Amino acid sequence: MTVEPQSTISAEMREIEADARRRVDAGGSPELHPRRDYAPYRSSLLRHPTHELVRADPEEIELVSPAFGHTDVNPLESDLTIQHTGEPLGERITVSGRVLDGEGRPVRGQLIEVWQANSAGRYVHKRDQHPAPLDPNFTGVGRAITGDNGEYLFTTIKPGPYPWKNHQNAWRPAHIHFSLFGTAFTQRLITQMYFPGDPLFALDPIYQSITDPAARERLLGRYNHDDSAPEFSLGYNWDIVLTGPKSTWMESEEAHD
Amino acid sequence: MIETPQHLVQTPSQTVGPFFGYALPYEGGAELVPGHHPAAIRLHGSVIDGAGEPIPDALIEIWQADADGRVSRERSSLDRDGFTFTGFGRAAVNLAGHYTFTTVKPGRIGEAAPYVLVTVFARGLTHHLFTRVYFPGDAALHETDAVLSGLAAERRATLIAVQDGPASYRFDIRVQGDDETVFLSFDEESTRG
Repeated sequence: MTVEPQSTISAEMREIEADARRRVDAGGSPELHPRRDYAPYRSSLLRHPTHELVRADPEEIELVSPAFGHTDVNPLESDLTIQHTGEPLGERITVSGRVLDGEGRPVRGQLIEVWQANSAGRYVHKRDQHPAPLDPNFTGVGRAITGDNGEYLFTTIKPGPYPWKNHQNAWRPAHIHFSLFGTAFTQRLITQMYFPGDPLFALDPIYQSITDPAARERLLGRYNHDDSAPEFSLGYNWDIVLTGPKSTWMESEEAHD
Repeated sequence: MIETPQHLVQTPSQTVGPFFGYALPYEGGAELVPGHHPAAIRLHGSVIDGAGEPIPDALIEIWQADADGRVSRERSSLDRDGFTFTGFGRAAVNLAGHYTFTTVKPGRIGEAAPYVLVTVFARGLTHHLFTRVYFPGDAALHETDAVLSGLAAERRATLIAVQDGPASYRFDIRVQGDDETVFLSFDEESTRG
């Protein structure tokens, strides 16, 4: 396999973004999600369907979601800095926000899972070959159940950027992986939160697989000085919006949840 | 599009990436019922890319009704107490790209033929894919199912598991290629493939 330079990948990304912009200028809707067929991200080449997705009306099973509760998740799991005997290395941060649906209603009592690299850009995963140090005091996995207003808060360490093998000198911008459940299974979402101002954004084919600049910005946490704790941690905020088909199926027990 | 509190724009997807293995799989995630459950079935298959090669780093989730067609509202979908059927399962494929769940064949809900909803995540997949596993014993119901009845025969076959044992069903997922699995969109607007 040839190792291509960043310039090749960047040229491909620019061409696709220009195509997306032309579609919007011609009256099309901006693309809200990444393209599944996004060649600059080389792993997508053989892993995207070539048939159109088949439009289906959701049935009851698609309009509800697994329910999670406090027997599933210990509240301490939302603090990624207390899982070992010592303090992890790096910049301590909090990431907090709300999970909402498209009408702005809170998604309550649902599971959020996060995972991330440590401050040196290394994952605790046996296939991560990046020669950066593991931190014996940091695993990088957390879970939480959203509160009554859809709120969540994780305490963690700012992850480092890390190299990958998509092309020559490819680096991922620092990010935290988020996995989310809504009130309908069709709202299921796995995504990544990024940090503002990262110089790697323009170079990264995973971030750029979202062709609409406004959509990409929805993945940025926002620094909020009011949420920074003196002498302790820096605060970031990130709200997550899950939408799906308009639900017509009403859950009879909803009022009791 | 005007963004108001009444109409928020959805947060985009990003790939699950290669390194979820220490974060998302959980103990018992693939066993919706214990293997000794009298109605237990094996639901398994391979996840295959456009070159016919197995995808060794996919994550599969399933969500389904119980054998009587009831949808669980139990608030313990990660907790496996050995008795409560929550209907949710999660399995990482092995290095050969193969997944295995122990579950029950779902009962019928409403007009649709019985099925298990399947979600596929993988490195290289920028946005998850939804599909459904239908069962070969329900052929008569497949004729009137809203999704299956709208598909050409060869495409329809990709959504029907193959029975490969007395209580075992095989459902291979081909994300690309000539016999590509049918993937579903539940959005009102059509979605780019």
